[in-house]
Amino acid sequence: MTDTTNKWIGQRTIRPDGAEKVTGSAAFAADTTMPGMIWGSVLRSPHAHARIKSIDTSKAEAHPGVKAVVTAADIVDFPVDTPVALGIQDMRWMCRNVMAREKALFHGHPIAAVAAMSEAIAAEACKLIEVDYEVLPHVIEIDDAIADGAPILHDFIEFEGKPSNIAGTIEHTKGDIEAGFAEADLIIERDFTTRPVHQGYIEPHACLVSVAADGKATIWSSSQGQFMVRAMTGLLTGIPQSNIRAIPAEIGGGFGGKTIVYLEPLATILSKKSGRPVKMVMSREDVMRASGPTSGSKSTVKIGVKKDGTITAADGTFWLQAGGLPGAPVRGAVGCALAPYDIPNGHTLGYDVVSNRSKVAAYRAPGAPLGAFGVECVLDEIAEQLGMDPLDLRLKNAAKEGTKAVHGPTYPLMGYVESLEAAKAHEHYNTPLGPNQGRGVASGFWFNAGGESSAQVNITEDGNVVVTTGHPDIGGSRAGIANICAEILGIDYQRVSVLIGDTATIGFSNLTGGSRVLFASSIVVTESTNKIIHTLCELAAKIWDIDPEAVNWEDGEARPAGANAGQFPPLTLKELAARANESGGPIGESTQINTTGAEGGFGTHICDVEIDPELGTAKIVRYTVLQDVGRAVHPSYVEGQMQGGAAQAIGWALNEEYIYTKDGRVDNPGFLDYRMPIASDLPMLDTHIIEVPNPKHPQGIRGVGEVPLVPGLSAVRNAVYDAVGIRFNDLPISPPKVVEALDMPKAAE
Amino acid sequence: MAKQHITTTINGEPTEFLCEPNETMLDVLRNELNMTGSKEGCGSGDCGACSITLDGRLVCSCLMLGVEAAGAEIETIEGMADGETLHPLQQKFLEMAALQCGICTPGMLIAAKSLLEENPDPTETEVRYWLAGNLCRCTGYDKIIRAVMDTAAEMRGAA
Ligand code: FES
Ligand code: FES
Repeated sequence: MTDTTNKWIGQRTIRPDGAEKVTGSAAFAADTTMPGMIWGSVLRSPHAHARIKSIDTSKAEAHPGVKAVVTAADIVDFPVDTPVALGIQDMRWMCRNVMAREKALFHGHPIAAVAAMSEAIAAEACKLIEVDYEVLPHVIEIDDAIADGAPILHDFIEFEGKPSNIAGTIEHTKGDIEAGFAEADLIIERDFTTRPVHQGYIEPHACLVSVAADGKATIWSSSQGQFMVRAMTGLLTGIPQSNIRAIPAEIGGGFGGKTIVYLEPLATILSKKSGRPVKMVMSREDVMRASGPTSGSKSTVKIGVKKDGTITAADGTFWLQAGGLPGAPVRGAVGCALAPYDIPNGHTLGYDVVSNRSKVAAYRAPGAPLGAFGVECVLDEIAEQLGMDPLDLRLKNAAKEGTKAVHGPTYPLMGYVESLEAAKAHEHYNTPLGPNQGRGVASGFWFNAGGESSAQVNITEDGNVVVTTGHPDIGGSRAGIANICAEILGIDYQRVSVLIGDTATIGFSNLTGGSRVLFASSIVVTESTNKIIHTLCELAAKIWDIDPEAVNWEDGEARPAGANAGQFPPLTLKELAARANESGGPIGESTQINTTGAEGGFGTHICDVEIDPELGTAKIVRYTVLQDVGRAVHPSYVEGQMQGGAAQAIGWALNEEYIYTKDGRVDNPGFLDYRMPIASDLPMLDTHIIEVPNPKHPQGIRGVGEVPLVPGLSAVRNAVYDAVGIRFNDLPISPPKVVEALDMPKAAE
Repeated sequence: MAKQHITTTINGEPTEFLCEPNETMLDVLRNELNMTGSKEGCGSGDCGACSITLDGRLVCSCLMLGVEAAGAEIETIEGMADGETLHPLQQKFLEMAALQCGICTPGMLIAAKSLLEENPDPTETEVRYWLAGNLCRCTGYDKIIRAVMDTAAEMRGAA
């Protein structure tokens, strides 16, 4: 998209951290070392569910080369009856997730950790730890977990007055759904399931922690928030936050999975006990077994429409797996499921279900794809039965400015209808399909988020700019920030250097998550930069001895506001920086704000798939993502989010799933058997950026990163239906399922 | 086990190191030689983040033993740029935003370079199959594939 009014916003500039990333010199968490550093290793539960009767670490401690051992006894206990919220997390569950306390709740649950002179010695010593387990019956799947007589994970959880694996519910209601269904000419109700999938970041969790003799801890780790690392590690180790410096390493992907800690508190205690810096790096197996994933789900969705396609009522019930401890992303499912539509009578209800799987972590629009999946599939069937184009059905019911959503808010200006209209007009949608091919569409919504952000903008003595923010840059946000700061100052973007500060050098900043980073950091950077321009104008006024109001900032220099202000040659940023001490001294401004005004994002996907009837493989032959992004500050990275989200959705729809043995162990904890999309699986992923500026943001920005995962599962599934006439309501649509269904064409209906 | 003394050439520099007989080349690079540009995504040959070339052949350094480097020529991401001059693939990856988090990038670049040395005029399908051993979870591959094809075209034009 070319922009004529802006010089840098909307330009495809080279990211400030680019050279380091392409030459291998960027320091990710596992790349950091310290003199005297030793290695930590985690002993993990071999059982899916077991009471820990005792742990004897004496042999491990006596093993040559071992410097420290940690168990749950070393971690601060948060009693189960007193909630302690930290963001969306609860420390009761966090303390039990980083180290099993009363029970091992999943295969791979940490039981103890050892620090030793080498990784090999630490791993050997882990094997010397004697754990007396009482193995308990386990439960993996939702249906089994909510059945009568299911093994109960936690005796402190009750539902409807009885011990239960249902840890909580969230419900939204609008209007009267019974009356709404009574008005409908057509009602369709279907059941769906999706499997848990891992975020799949290529960089395993890693950290290096050094606790000095005075008790001060320095943590280098790969996370989506250094302040989250500081807070959680502080709470779990009892070290005050002021004594923890969390330094954000470059992060090799997160997608939500790095919004909680796993290793940092363990390494901190090991370092404290041993007096040595301790490095810990998860293996891929550990990542797959014990971090993430997102919930598997089952859902029932019922939608009623008039003959003309007008939705009269919609009802969705969603059960989400939380893993071994409560906290499934129920809010995303019940909030986002119906959000794209103007529905007079709507109801959504979600259940948080614990079972003996690793505790879920956020994954790109957490919960939203699970909510949207059933809804977008039922709409596809309704469109077919009414003989309507599926985009027309969505257009007929599309939410717009002023619509009151089932989950509560009344929408401001937004571009959902635009995404549908663009899809309808898109050449892709109007291109004929080949043999064995089908086309599907679907839409999706994500809340987006504001929250706390801080920025420090400093003018260097030679008249360039250093911007420091507090959010790890997970996908190019530094480039967007440089564009914005350069735009406001009217200077070349290469004069703006953008850094991510650590917890000691920049003000509190909430997580890189919720599609909030560029939204929120641009607000604080804009404010700091505007304050700097004000200071620069004052300085020029002083030099010219005129009123500051009579100075304008244009194209990177101070100019007299008009003929009346006087005749002075402009003063550039460089000249003013050199003369900063003539008035007020160094030029720099910090801003710390709890940002608001993040408005939801909407997108629509078109997917073409080709089925090989012999092999059952579904090959994506064409894919287009259309999304309202508010303002594409750096279009390449906006497109990259849209493409990356779509690719993850394709993997979720077609291949990715965990395989559990009957003992409740993960049987495919590696990239060979947990099959994420590879380059040869995918076509080019076309993008269509829609810009309906967010009226509540200085640059019009909306969050981008999460929406593009939401519609994808159903777009793929609806395309498969179009190709073979079978409605797969259970993901993934893997080749054996397709072959089986094609052999028995009626069975899957 | 006694450490082995290995003499090799890495990025054109004669290099010596000591390693355990069972130590992978990836661990040697990262832990013994402090060359952390090669990344470990899996340690099992499934992600390509550790890609290097051994006598011109693309290999996963996590599947190679350090001792196998004896007498060989190794190329890693650290040797790809010529001082401040980036390799055309590195430059194109930046211009076309072919990376988001960047953890897969060193491996992608090494694999792409080895493709272009073998086949200066690859089709899209050839690029996709060549890079099928290099996982990227961020980009959906689109911009990576385009950057490799564009670089190939540019290098052919320049040659
Ligand atoms: S680390 Fe070698 S292939 Fe993944
Ligand atoms: S850019 Fe993140 S894995 Fe490829």
